[in-house]
Amino acid sequence: MAKRRLIHAVNEALHEEMERDDRVILYGEDVRIGLFGDTRGLFDKFGGKRVINTPISEVVMTGMAVGMAAAGYRPICHMMYGNFLYTGFDSIANQAAKLRYMTAGQLKLPLVYLASTGAGRSSGAQHSDAPYPGVMNLGGIKVVIPSTPADAKGLMKASIREDNPVLFLLPTRRGGEQGEVPDGDHVVPLGKGSVKREGRDVTVVAIGVMVRHAMRAAATLSEEGIEVEVVDPMTLFPLDKELILASVRKTGRLVILDEARATCSAASEIAAIVAEQGFASLRGPVGSVAKIVKLEHAWRRLDGRNDDGFQVAPFPG
Amino acid sequence: MNGPDLQRSLRLFERMLLIRRMEERLGDLGKAGELPGNVHLYIGQEAVATGVCAHLDDSDWVASTHRGHGHFLAKGGDPRAMAAELMGKETGICHGKGGSMHVADVSKGILGANGIVGGGVGLAVGAALGAQLDGEGRVAVVFFGDGASSQGVISEALNIAALWKLPLLLVCENNGFSQFSPYETVNAGDIWRRAEPFGMPGALVDGNDVHAVWRVVGEAVARARSGEGATLIEARTYRWRTHVESEESFLAAPYRTQEEVESWKQRDPISRLEEFLVSEDLEKDVAAIRARVEGVTESAITDALNDPLPPVSRAFEDMFANG
Repeated sequence: MAKRRLIHAVNEALHEEMERDDRVILYGEDVRIGLFGDTRGLFDKFGGKRVINTPISEVVMTGMAVGMAAAGYRPICHMMYGNFLYTGFDSIANQAAKLRYMTAGQLKLPLVYLASTGAGRSSGAQHSDAPYPGVMNLGGIKVVIPSTPADAKGLMKASIREDNPVLFLLPTRRGGEQGEVPDGDHVVPLGKGSVKREGRDVTVVAIGVMVRHAMRAAATLSEEGIEVEVVDPMTLFPLDKELILASVRKTGRLVILDEARATCSAASEIAAIVAEQGFASLRGPVGSVAKIVKLEHAWRRLDGRNDDGFQVAPFPG
Repeated sequence: MNGPDLQRSLRLFERMLLIRRMEERLGDLGKAGELPGNVHLYIGQEAVATGVCAHLDDSDWVASTHRGHGHFLAKGGDPRAMAAELMGKETGICHGKGGSMHVADVSKGILGANGIVGGGVGLAVGAALGAQLDGEGRVAVVFFGDGASSQGVISEALNIAALWKLPLLLVCENNGFSQFSPYETVNAGDIWRRAEPFGMPGALVDGNDVHAVWRVVGEAVARARSGEGATLIEARTYRWRTHVESEESFLAAPYRTQEEVESWKQRDPISRLEEFLVSEDLEKDVAAIRARVEGVTESAITDALNDPLPPVSRAFEDMFANG
């Protein structure tokens, strides 16, 4: 075990996987320097043929990942901020998500789109989106969002070894937080969620940075005698439905914490799944806490804000 | 580079004729209601795909367009598997899950036709980067149209390909129309001249002269294989048929004159080559090729028509590798 910041746990995973497999190629805007710290040291260790700075050209970058994967490589396309996925979204949605299916499995596409997600740094709404709902809807891209350094490392390793397109999201607000990371080849499988805290009274499904808030709330409520079970899906597509349904069967109540906007979101998807497949277990309506506005810049200066500047609103907002 | 020898010319003729005859038959089948979905025919442009792909082998990559039958066949795709794909049959190259706009054969380096205008560009740039990293002399080719030349991805690709000296050919088939819009109404300047500001060689070629295409592409492929980088080629040609089959049924007004179409038919790339071959006393070879192509086309179409439809369970396969 060693203490690591989340961003450094991801950096460790990149080092280890690039060492393990020389078909892994990292490219993106300024990856040699690395804006977030996740790519630190990779250029020095692996050189310019495997750590490639690109021009600011998101449209071609996202398509390149598909072509490189077809050519036998395992590209990691670093998109920097999650909002920039939109700039390059055509090839994510129309090529990466669909070509394996449309060619009846002729193509294997082991590629990772890597991007930050979330608000809380006063960067404004164009640098703060949680862009996963739209990607979850595509169907051909696995969507991963860790909440702890250990999970981040293990999920990144699994994402690089995955033979399908993966969107790996870095929760920016947790990048600097420390946590224990197991030694050795720590791999966390995709498609499996994790119970971060067990409880009997209410299930809280929390996504990415929201897990921290859920854990705090759970500690507070425990003092009042309410035991919260905190479930972290970690992979949003495909979603570990069974883990969520099993928890709701135990507690009979569900609240979802999601940083994305409420409309057509991971939260609404989880609510729908439980309504469709776990309705008999529910002892009350599903609750949801999600973003309804895009005020991001000024939050640090607002009175009454919570730590991440989100307004708590009833579902669906 | 010198022109191809006569044996090569005969092979070019055979490939162009196969593309032409397959598409004529498929066009008829479309009108007869045998093809679900949209079909964009390549007739009139055969010299471009044929002249380019004659320089490639299975380990080289091509990324194609929505008008992709010619590229598929020129790169060595199987005629029956293509016809069956257009018919939505189990024996289709994509088991009927792609259709006309998505014929692909990865085993032959065909990354596929593409329903997104300019959609093949990123794929080819990535494949070219892979080829460069491999260091085995492979090249990637992206075909795109004058319509796609207006997409932003072309500028990004020109910059990256020139900057990294990628083994890439950007082959613009200027067939005169962005869907229904004539070239001069939606494009400024000459496409091939866009190479120069990036420090990349650019060439303009008569896309209805397969020998000319073969020569220009031969030089570009040789540069790419030897590490000297990418080339932009604009091949001027003409789309004889509609943008999409059956467009007459929904278009309110014509967007070109019949005189214009007829004038381009006078420059038929296949007739031009045939006249040359006959002038070289290869009339018998030409006749033999015509008979052979008829046989291949007929059996490809007949077999595909007789092939079964895929089971419904196919629809639920191939979203992800390993499950």
